[in-house]
Amino acid sequence: MSLCYAYYPGCSGLGTSLEYDISTRALCRNLGIELVDIPDWNCCGSTPAHAVDHLLSACLVGRNLGIADDMAEARELDGIITPCPSCLKNLKTTQYRLADPEFHRKVELVVGRPLRADLPIKSVLQVVVEDLGLQALAQLVKAPLAGLKVVPYYGCIMVRPPRIMQFDDPENPMALDNLLTELGAEVLPFPLKTDCCGASLGTTRKDVIAKLSGRILDAAEEAGADAIVTACPLCQMNLDMRQSQINKANHSGHNMPVFYYSQLAGLAAGQGETSTMLDKLCVSPRPLLAALAGHTGEGA
Amino acid sequence: MSSSPKAFDTEFIAEVQRESEQNLALCYQCGNCTAGCPVSFAYDYPVNQIMRLVQTGRKQEALSSHAIWLCASCETCTTRCPNDIDVARVMDVLRHMARRENIVSEKAVGAFWKAFLESVEKHGRVFELGLMANYVGKTGRMFTDVDLAPMALRKGKLGLKAHDIKKLAEIRGIFDRYREQK
Repeated sequence: MSLCYAYYPGCSGLGTSLEYDISTRALCRNLGIELVDIPDWNCCGSTPAHAVDHLLSACLVGRNLGIADDMAEARELDGIITPCPSCLKNLKTTQYRLADPEFHRKVELVVGRPLRADLPIKSVLQVVVEDLGLQALAQLVKAPLAGLKVVPYYGCIMVRPPRIMQFDDPENPMALDNLLTELGAEVLPFPLKTDCCGASLGTTRKDVIAKLSGRILDAAEEAGADAIVTACPLCQMNLDMRQSQINKANHSGHNMPVFYYSQLAGLAAGQGETSTMLDKLCVSPRPLLAALAGHTGEGA
Repeated sequence: MSSSPKAFDTEFIAEVQRESEQNLALCYQCGNCTAGCPVSFAYDYPVNQIMRLVQTGRKQEALSSHAIWLCASCETCTTRCPNDIDVARVMDVLRHMARRENIVSEKAVGAFWKAFLESVEKHGRVFELGLMANYVGKTGRMFTDVDLAPMALRKGKLGLKAHDIKKLAEIRGIFDRYREQK
């Protein structure tokens, strides 16, 4: 089976989550999933757009959906995919609301073109787990992550609201759990797997982040995890880049690496630094990986 | 506000219903939304009380609440509502209305969203460093995240250059036509 998707990278992939974008592209390449970037894509507006106006949000998304329509004219596509849950929710919410003819007409007027917007829209995680299947992933694993104890952290909106996202269980998703198990890691039960990290309040209300992301870090440590694994750029930034701020606010001493699942897939596939980009993580995973390598007697 | 606020503003109830496409009468105050809400600790009104303020037409209290600006859009309330009310969408609509009436109880949040959308309009994509500079300019919060800047720059996580899209005119057109529609 050969899969080809229109790829929507999202803005953070150009900056704060560069390592997520690069390791995701590498993972897809290894799995034989062809990604064609949506040419000249624009920002979906993220939370600020839908918090300010639903029409504006849908129109920013609509331009990208329109370009994807054109791509599907030129060649067969299996759908649109993105690594970022926030972009995903905006893409899927817009598609859902465009089913209303009156709203559809308004959006077309503002975007300035007709829109079909009928391609399936999924996260990269969903495509890997559902469309391709974990067996395909198992074939990539050359250096299983044996001895690595992780908690899977999905964030809120990868699976919520279920009516829109149509992926896994909204309260106890297992996609990431199963994927990490396939990579050879020891996946610990994590009751906070869909709890909120504080999202975009990081800049404006640090007290909220210290409390919510702090609780996730505390629980991960209590569970005995070596690391947290996430699929969301904003969650990753709050837990990793802001970990020092959180420690200061909460008088805690966390030193917990926060990986993207795609980075761990690259590690398990025996890939080097160019695609895993472990150096981009603020809390260094080096001591952890060195300890693991020492334990198993394998090179990191 | 031109006149004194009405105690029971039926027009407000109808407006929230229309814009959110939700039947607010279905809320029977079970409290499930509040039980799941992660930001309740920072709210002035928990989310079930916001729903009640809307049901009882208390426009002024609802729109001037801090809660509507602190909602993280995590969708837990919507997911768990036993009556299928899209509570997060109601929170969105209350923010839209508050903004239109120039009531922004969490100034920093309002300024951040504004700076974010200005970045999108200017570049077609978010330029993170420019966004932060604009936000600092709007709020005077000079020391916001200044502790993170050296790390972010060293890691190459804060691009020094914007990644403008090619067809910026299309984005400007979308913003212009959107404003005309309003």
